[in-house]
Amino acid sequence: MCLAVPAKIIERTEYMATVEISGVTRQVSIMLLPEAAVGDYVLVHAGFAIQAIDEEEARRTLALFKELDQYAADS
Amino acid sequence: MLLTAEETARAARFFTDGITCLATRPVRLMEVCGTHTVAIFRAGIRQLLPAAVELVSGPGCPVCVTPNEYLDTAIAYSRRPGTIITTFGDMLRVPGSESSLMAEKACGADIRIVYSALDSLAIARDNPGQAVIFLAVGFETTAPTAAATILQADKQGLTNFFVLSAHKLVPPALKAILATPATKVDGFLLPGHTAAISGLEPYRFVAGQFGVPAVVTGFEALDILQGIYMLLQQLQQGQAELQNQYRRVVKTEGNPAARDILDQVYQPAGTGWRGFGEIAGSGLELTAAFRRFDAQAALPLTVAGSREPAGCRCGEVLRGLITPPACPCFGRHCTPEQPVGACMVSVEGACAAWYKYGQGRWSCE
Ligand code: SF4
Repeated sequence: MCLAVPAKIIERTEYMATVEISGVTRQVSIMLLPEAAVGDYVLVHAGFAIQAIDEEEARRTLALFKELDQYAADS
Repeated sequence: MLLTAEETARAARFFTDGITCLATRPVRLMEVCGTHTVAIFRAGIRQLLPAAVELVSGPGCPVCVTPNEYLDTAIAYSRRPGTIITTFGDMLRVPGSESSLMAEKACGADIRIVYSALDSLAIARDNPGQAVIFLAVGFETTAPTAAATILQADKQGLTNFFVLSAHKLVPPALKAILATPATKVDGFLLPGHTAAISGLEPYRFVAGQFGVPAVVTGFEALDILQGIYMLLQQLQQGQAELQNQYRRVVKTEGNPAARDILDQVYQPAGTGWRGFGEIAGSGLELTAAFRRFDAQAALPLTVAGSREPAGCRCGEVLRGLITPPACPCFGRHCTPEQPVGACMVSVEGACAAWYKYGQGRWSCE
């Protein structure tokens, strides 16, 4: 039930935002994430954006996984 | 996650090789969250782990830990004339003591599945003569969405919208588990999406007070493997810390705006958990300013005689005391098509996950 999916904000008004989730757009509330801006990646749960995804950290995780991938390939 | 399948497989091998090296003695790790349970089974993570590493599910499926008393109350409201029940879909099939919401719906009760608590407000506006009761179930991730909905209802001056609250907080349940020595948990994979709201602070006691390693973990297969690897590293080095594997989403301070809204609308209260009984401070009740939205205060109704299904061992499954195949009903007269208990109904339930993905393995337990 706590499943949340990543989405990109493509438009926002005071309380609502239009987000894109795997090519589909839908309306979500941004009452819990008032500072969300167009272009941000957010996690959406039960019709609400609940947290912003830190792109820098996301890139770092990806880089780490790639590094480990390299390690496993070399060993 | 933007890695090719081959890259993912090789990175996974790095973690599983590391886990195998570090697993020098048997360890029991608990994945607290039902979303983790499903992700673990779906990715086949159990099969990748050495025999020394046992994963056990915890009380992190909100539908499963909701006791029958709550379901019986919801069912009683659904029979109340002039009432519309709104609910997330996974509550529908959970058996109460005598019936289920699904059975009531089939008999004509007005029960509507919503994707978001906010959808209930439109239903309330369109049906001014009816009482609309939202079944507010979920942990820290979901509770702020119900709180925000109540704030909206207040702003819109709705007088026919109510909630039947069964929200629960994860840390008090973890404390109850840690206080049960029989569970023997060596480390916790902590739920990433509840921590996204609450931040890390509420989980520090796991390592600080009980000396058990804990890692806040994301939901991709590689996140989970890394979380297990981090736990084993800690265990190997004799450390007990709270670590955050899911930094791209979970910030130390969580989401303060969501917590503010939650604190305006709800305050902690004791509440009952299936399998645990009442846990102090583990539930949420409406604050005085919003109590008029509480279905039980506004539309009182008594329900008596709730009981748990005979023979069902959900309570022990939820406390991590047994794995589902140890229940004599499992796979025999309890299946996802004909569930006896909540853990077989919910898609995030441990019994349902074992049944769906563990077939063929459970018989050797
Ligand atoms: S297998 Fe069925 S009866 Fe047994 S604990 Fe799980 S849900 Fe309950």
